[in-house]
Amino acid sequence: MSEQFEPVIIGFTCNWCSYRAADMAGTARIKYPPNVRLVRLMCSGRLDPTFVLKALSNGADGVLITGCHPGECHYLEQNYKALRRYHLLRRTLIGFGIEPERVKLVWASAAEGVQLAKQIAGFVDEIRALGPLAWSMPSKQQLVAEPSVMEEVPA
Amino acid sequence: MSHNGSKPTEKPKFAMYWASSCGGCEIAVLNIGPKILDVDAAFDVVFWPVAMDAKYKDVEAMDDGSILLTLFNGGIRNDENERLANLLRRKSQILVAFGSCAIEGCIPGLANFSSQDQIFDAVYASVSTDNAGGIRPKTHTTVPEGILHIPEFYPVLKTLDQVVDVDYYMPGCPPESHQIATVIDLVLAVLEGKAELPPKGAVIGAGDSTCCDECPRQRNVKKITKFVRIHEMDAIDPDLCLLEQGILCNGMATRSGCGALCPQHNAPCIGCYGPAEGVVDYGARIMSALASVIDSRDPDEIERILDGIPDPAGSFYRFNLAHSLLRTGKVG
Ligand code: SF4
Ligand code: SF4
Ligand code: FES
Repeated sequence: MSEQFEPVIIGFTCNWCSYRAADMAGTARIKYPPNVRLVRLMCSGRLDPTFVLKALSNGADGVLITGCHPGECHYLEQNYKALRRYHLLRRTLIGFGIEPERVKLVWASAAEGVQLAKQIAGFVDEIRALGPLAWSMPSKQQLVAEPSVMEEVPA
Repeated sequence: MSHNGSKPTEKPKFAMYWASSCGGCEIAVLNIGPKILDVDAAFDVVFWPVAMDAKYKDVEAMDDGSILLTLFNGGIRNDENERLANLLRRKSQILVAFGSCAIEGCIPGLANFSSQDQIFDAVYASVSTDNAGGIRPKTHTTVPEGILHIPEFYPVLKTLDQVVDVDYYMPGCPPESHQIATVIDLVLAVLEGKAELPPKGAVIGAGDSTCCDECPRQRNVKKITKFVRIHEMDAIDPDLCLLEQGILCNGMATRSGCGALCPQHNAPCIGCYGPAEGVVDYGARIMSALASVIDSRDPDEIERILDGIPDPAGSFYRFNLAHSLLRTGKVG
């Protein structure tokens, strides 16, 4: 193979820990693959499953969800909610014929820039190995309708 | 429909069509009782295959926009469905996506979990099929008399608004008869100049809240440690929220309008009124809500609890698959 597949990954990061960890990785000049586009949320609990489905349906090959370590969420319980959403999402994706490994949950504190960069690199490798998201529907027709708004719901 | 002594040509025209559907929507319309006579009195019913004889070519011969109101039920499964959707769009001033199939695919839309080959295998080559010759449908077949055509089966079922512009959406599987009656009263009032049509794109004949909102069952703080299915239960508390009893009930994601019929009869809401106002992806809303009420912080225990929902994708998208983000955003 001459050209290596470069997956597109959307990463939803918590403002208080993992986004800072990613930031720290940047300031410390720790390299991680540019495949991940980070979207900052105030907390992993803000992660509506709609965001993940929307990312995948719009062309992402994988979605990374990051949050504070269990017990360290700045909004107390919300990362446990993210944890349960993550488990539900993976099970639902299986029903759609999509590999559940395309969604990954990582806990990272603000100090863990190095670890987060490693996790990101590992995830990019995993998705690269999986290949592009192959929709299990061998349809010739591209459907047109697509809701353009992202749902606004309280976390 | 006869009009003794009246001048039918002056009455506004009404049509109803079934595409890929079960026929329940038609029954629901007939179920409005004597009000159907108001429809007949106010409208000239020009096309309604289930109720009267009419040919597609009769519709083709009509002037564009000459039908005032068309209720279109059923999803778009084949090219005949799509042709009629386009035809009726052209001929109608007001096109209503009537019922869950037309709006969001409904049960026929569940076929969007499978490829066309898988569907044909299930129908023409499974144990329940006696098809020794392995016959598969073809769009064209030559017989001594000429060429026979049957509609082309599409790879996916599409919703009405995925193929034509839709004016209003009337949810339900089927829409409840009292809601149909209300909509008919509204249309009659509009004809008499006593009311105005809702804005284009509106959901009609339903509420703007959730099924839970209409449900009389008692609700407390939910802490779910186990999901059960109804047949696994010895007894169902008739007054307590079903979800609190561990029964997967989709009421929180579902639009109000039916009066919470199913929970009132000890059955969970499975979502036939479609997504509640503002919900982009029906299944995502359910996942979001369930994640809030499952009472565990431990990954293994969460997995064990979720084992109680054996078919999450099917349960979360039973009516809405053809309109879901994962099946509409990108299929191809
Ligand atoms: S979850 Fe079901 S039973 Fe509970 S309040 Fe909502 S509709 Fe009623
Ligand atoms: S309770 Fe739910 S499934 Fe039952 S009729 Fe109402 S919307 Fe449909
Ligand atoms: S604040 Fe970081 S996960 Fe909640």
